[in-house]
Amino acid sequence: MSQQIERDHQRFRKIVRGKVKSGLSKYISRGEMIGKKGRDFVSIPLPSIELPQFRYGQKGSGGTGQGEGQPGQPLTQPAEEGEGGAGDQPGGHILEVDLTLEELADILGEELSLPRIEPKGKKNIVTTKDKYTGIRQTGPESLKHFKRTFKRAMKRQIASGTYNPADPLVIPIREDKQYRSWREAPKPDAVAAIIYMMDVSGSMTDEQKEIVRIEAFWIDTWIKKHYKGVENVYIVHDAEAHEVDEHTFYHTRESGGTKISTAYDLANKIIDKRFPSTEFNIYAFHFSDGDNWGDDSPLCVTFLQNTLLPKLNLFGYGQVESPYGSGEFYEFITELLEKKDNVVASRIPNREAILGSIKEFLGTGK
Amino acid sequence: MVPGDDFPHNAVPALAKGERLNNDEYLMTIPYDTRLPPDLAKLKLEIEAHARSFGLDFYDTIFEVVDADDLNEIAAYGGFPTRYPHWSFGMQYEELKKGYEYGLSKIYEMVINNDPCYAYLMRCNHTVDQKLVMAHVYGHCDFFKNNAYFAHTSRKMMDEMANHGMRIRQYSDKHGEDEVERFVDRCMSIDDLIDIHSTAIKRREEVSRFDFKEPVEETEKLTRFESKDYMDEYINPRAALKAEGDELKRKQQVIDRSFPEKPERDVLLFLIEFAPLKPWQRDVLSIIRDEAYYFAPQGQTKIMNEGWASYWHSTIMTERALEGWECVDYADHHSGTMAMSRGRLNPYKLGIELFRDIERRWNTGQFGKEWEECENLEKKRAWNLNLNLGRSKIFEVRKIHNDVTFLDTFLTPEFCVEQKLFSFAHNEPQDNYVIESREFQKIKQRLLFSLSNHGRPFIYVVDGNYKNRGELLLRHEYNGVDLHIDRAADTLANVQAIWSRPVHLHTIAEGKPVLLSHDGTNATQKQIGEVDDPRKHTPPATK
Repeated sequence: MSQQIERDHQRFRKIVRGKVKSGLSKYISRGEMIGKKGRDFVSIPLPSIELPQFRYGQKGSGGTGQGEGQPGQPLTQPAEEGEGGAGDQPGGHILEVDLTLEELADILGEELSLPRIEPKGKKNIVTTKDKYTGIRQTGPESLKHFKRTFKRAMKRQIASGTYNPADPLVIPIREDKQYRSWREAPKPDAVAAIIYMMDVSGSMTDEQKEIVRIEAFWIDTWIKKHYKGVENVYIVHDAEAHEVDEHTFYHTRESGGTKISTAYDLANKIIDKRFPSTEFNIYAFHFSDGDNWGDDSPLCVTFLQNTLLPKLNLFGYGQVESPYGSGEFYEFITELLEKKDNVVASRIPNREAILGSIKEFLGTGK
Repeated sequence: MVPGDDFPHNAVPALAKGERLNNDEYLMTIPYDTRLPPDLAKLKLEIEAHARSFGLDFYDTIFEVVDADDLNEIAAYGGFPTRYPHWSFGMQYEELKKGYEYGLSKIYEMVINNDPCYAYLMRCNHTVDQKLVMAHVYGHCDFFKNNAYFAHTSRKMMDEMANHGMRIRQYSDKHGEDEVERFVDRCMSIDDLIDIHSTAIKRREEVSRFDFKEPVEETEKLTRFESKDYMDEYINPRAALKAEGDELKRKQQVIDRSFPEKPERDVLLFLIEFAPLKPWQRDVLSIIRDEAYYFAPQGQTKIMNEGWASYWHSTIMTERALEGWECVDYADHHSGTMAMSRGRLNPYKLGIELFRDIERRWNTGQFGKEWEECENLEKKRAWNLNLNLGRSKIFEVRKIHNDVTFLDTFLTPEFCVEQKLFSFAHNEPQDNYVIESREFQKIKQRLLFSLSNHGRPFIYVVDGNYKNRGELLLRHEYNGVDLHIDRAADTLANVQAIWSRPVHLHTIAEGKPVLLSHDGTNATQKQIGEVDDPRKHTPPATK
């Protein structure tokens, strides 16, 4: 790649990421290309910027095509606006290609000017594992690749004219032999854990859960950028707390009352059992609408201060606003803010507030 | 493939580039030997000889062998690696690169309209592909040299593009990258507001802003009837003469006041001549305009150009160059190029089929009055006058037609049925496109519409001194399809930034005449009275 295209390409990337101030941001579209990876269709993100031009709109537009079909039958894919020709794309299972996650984290970091996370404990522990991926000419007989060896032998015999199709005898000689070879692949050990806790009591609506989901996704993306191995734990609670998997976390709905301390207690137990704080960087985030059982709130604060917080890198409390919740728990948490520096509290009244709240959570650099 | 390509690429084609600057500079961009290896050099001689023996006529053609990544880069620059810097080329590059990496699309070759013609071959292609590509390239080269619509294009575009690039780079250094880029963005946003036919028709004299000569008084002759002296006062009454003279004067005043005198299709030219631009901005705008005119014929002749090149690669390969063992690979590649996917018109396929159809019709004499008027199907089916005019006819067609006239003249109902063509239309309730019809007239109408003016709306400058306040009035010549209003408003903002006084655009939206305006800070849209309805105006006169 020459310098010039490199430069133009970087410039484009910067504009797309909003790093360059320009009036173009409204013309950026995050398109995609449908590709194939093995059996799956993958969607390859393809951001583009379309400068405005005088063009025909869709209404009354059309074009010419070629192929089967009866009048009235829809084309598989809407055509480009106002241009002749409609696309034809494969349906079926489409996965998002993962190549953007790292990029996403970068964009997030740049966007919110987040500080890099400074790990408290160990940074990254990496063990290596052998992976058989290659082929080489020498090696122990036990690793001989028979198929390749014989193929090579056959090629050599054909080339040298000693292969007789009537009597297909293939004898590998030393030069034909092929051996499997390995590569040492680093396999990071988990050094960080993220514990998500959420109030699933009746007062939390789907909209609030969606906010939590979006927020958790970005937090995840950012933290995972800084640690090689990260484990996630999900805890839901109403008057009782349970550890659940990710899907259940976002889809459970209970109707009971709310006792936040149960969740903190469970988190504490899980930490003690699975993530000794001497070896792990632990992050805990709790999302709730701020409604709690009357006497429970002071208990929570004491428990956090004395037991849980010392074990954590960061504790984040996000309060989503619900039409039913009183939101008083926020007041209790703010008491802690002055005493401990690893506590962050943030209010997320609506989707627009998500970015700001992420910045509050992750702006601590812990 | 030819640059300036609006059609989605299937896995196909060839493109091109211009002059190699000089060896050293060139090698800096691509740090390896791009000369043809001996085997390909031999092939080139062979294919070139075949092409010439069929009567193809082209400039010297220089093939360069490059890697996929470099080919993507060259293609991103529209074939000119030395082009001015702009992020949009980076965007193109990313798309081509991702498409290639995921095996979705692949550029086989690229040809550039220049003297000598430059053509790029992809290093990793098989010999049979290289042969096919070379044959295809000679088809393009012949087309570039001989088609009338290319006659005006610079054949030293490699050098010119490099100059353009140099100038814009200098402006960036001097005035700041961001400022120059912002201006280039604006110019690119309106780079289709040119008059693609003006290269062949001179619609008006060059205007000079510094022309202070007194206009020559053109005294129009008043209507005077022959009469004897003593009858004159009765036959040619003074009052009538005076009234006529006043009328003429008034008309002349209207013409003198109107600016431009006639609606101006080449909006870019109008802006270059009259917008209050700094010298560097004027130069940048001229660069964008020059390049737009250079690329325009490639858009105007996409179907013909690709059809012609495909016709020749097919003819040369199957009649001369193909070796027995290459047959399957060739057939695979050729059919990949010609493949049509539903709803999408493949210019390669449409072009080659139509050229073949013309050849067949002129070989058998299926044209002219007698043929048209014959109503006996049986007779028509067996019609063969053994004229064998096909080959010479298609050579003539490639010389004088563009896509619009090509399809207008040679598309037949039989051809539409045979090729399974259909027209489709936007269906508002479902917001999708549905097959509209298989009727010949409908298909032809849609097809020609999508090709006319490149499928873009017609925009004219009608008044450069609108409301006598130096504002600019543009008019969209409405022909049944509304503009995309949001984009039009944004585009108008870019015109405004160049014109610096408020700008307006007459168009029709939802069946009502509207005036879009932009004054530099706000965009407005208001309905206007019937009187101002652009539909009521007579279409702009063309000289």
